[in-house]
Amino acid sequence: MKQREAIENDVRRFITENFPLGGSGFELKGSDSFLEVGVIDSVGVLELIEHLESTYDLQIPDADVLPENLDSIDAIARYVSLRLDAGDGSNDNR
Amino acid sequence: MTTADGPLSLDVLRLDAERATQEITESLRAIVLGAMRRRGAVVALSGGIDSSVCVALCATAFGPERVLALLMPEAESADETLELSRVVAGHYGVETALEDISALLEAAGCYCRRDEAIRQVLPEYGKGWRAKIALPSLLGGDRFRLFAVVAESPDGERREARLTAEAYREVVAATSFKQRTRKMFEYYYADRNHFAVVGTPNRLEYDQGFFVKNGDGAADIKPIAHLYKTQVYQLAEHLGVPETVRSRPPTTDTYALPQSQEEFYFSVPYETMDLCLYAHNCGIAAAAVADAVGLSEEDVERVFNDIETKRRATAYLQMSPQLVQPVPEIER
Repeated sequence: MKQREAIENDVRRFITENFPLGGSGFELKGSDSFLEVGVIDSVGVLELIEHLESTYDLQIPDADVLPENLDSIDAIARYVSLRLDAGDGSNDNR
Repeated sequence: MTTADGPLSLDVLRLDAERATQEITESLRAIVLGAMRRRGAVVALSGGIDSSVCVALCATAFGPERVLALLMPEAESADETLELSRVVAGHYGVETALEDISALLEAAGCYCRRDEAIRQVLPEYGKGWRAKIALPSLLGGDRFRLFAVVAESPDGERREARLTAEAYREVVAATSFKQRTRKMFEYYYADRNHFAVVGTPNRLEYDQGFFVKNGDGAADIKPIAHLYKTQVYQLAEHLGVPETVRSRPPTTDTYALPQSQEEFYFSVPYETMDLCLYAHNCGIAAAAVADAVGLSEEDVERVFNDIETKRRATAYLQMSPQLVQPVPEIER
């Protein structure tokens, strides 16, 4: 559980720092869809993938670049945790 | 123009071309000659349908002697671009000026900066290769669409690689030298003739932000920005735009490897995009659009969502320079 929380915090920080939410006081919830909220565009997805790949030493294949894996903070935490639990990548770079 | 008349079809976008021409030319005269106090118009001709229609409209509005058609090919322009542009200018009797922008682009580093960025993800890319950026179709499933570079070696072998954000931004930024250099020349000729610069986006391009800020997005007036692409074709027919231009498939003519607007931006043919955008604007449900465009209801929803995503993503491109305090004496 600690691992999931750490990933959630990391992704939330990355999103907040790199994708301004318009200064409207809007706070991104863990379950908010990036696509629906409009927080990330096509280039933003590339940046997010690169962040996850470098932070967790993962290779994310095109086949995994799906909304169920990457469209919310919760989804990313779940996906990255599963990959790490399966022995892919590492947490060492964090 | 509602579905009350029957099933949705492209008929809802049927124009009274004569009336539309009259309205646009009257507005052109009122805005350019009246509000802007300019004597005519500069139009950059690309050999495509939009710029050809704009030349025709301006020639009608101001007279051909008050229209200057600018031809600005560069090293990677399609072979037919210049020839088609000359055909159009000749057809409407407007003067042309030719500016090959290749040397300026070379000096600015347009090609080498872009090529260096492509090599970040495709190290073998080099002399004699041609490339373009592609985006997977949004149809058929919910997935994130990742920009890729598609390159062809001198031997005709094709390679494709996912772009990094850094490489993508560099490729786009470097390539945008093309549109911005052309705009520089448009204003040069506008200044020396006391003309206004005409922007040539159609409604799809304008609404969806398919332009370079301060490049092809910059202009004094955009006379067909309210017209769907199919309406531009109707106007082209009415105005007698040569058949060779009307039958040419829409292209970006920006990358060395031929690139359709669909594969880079819209994902669906322009007729489909026109009808989806119209329906979305009118609040017509996806189910009512699906049959008309030959897509599933889910795919129409994907197109609707993509329309909103692009509007959000390109809102910055549409913004004029913002002031932090009003200057009431200056009308904006």
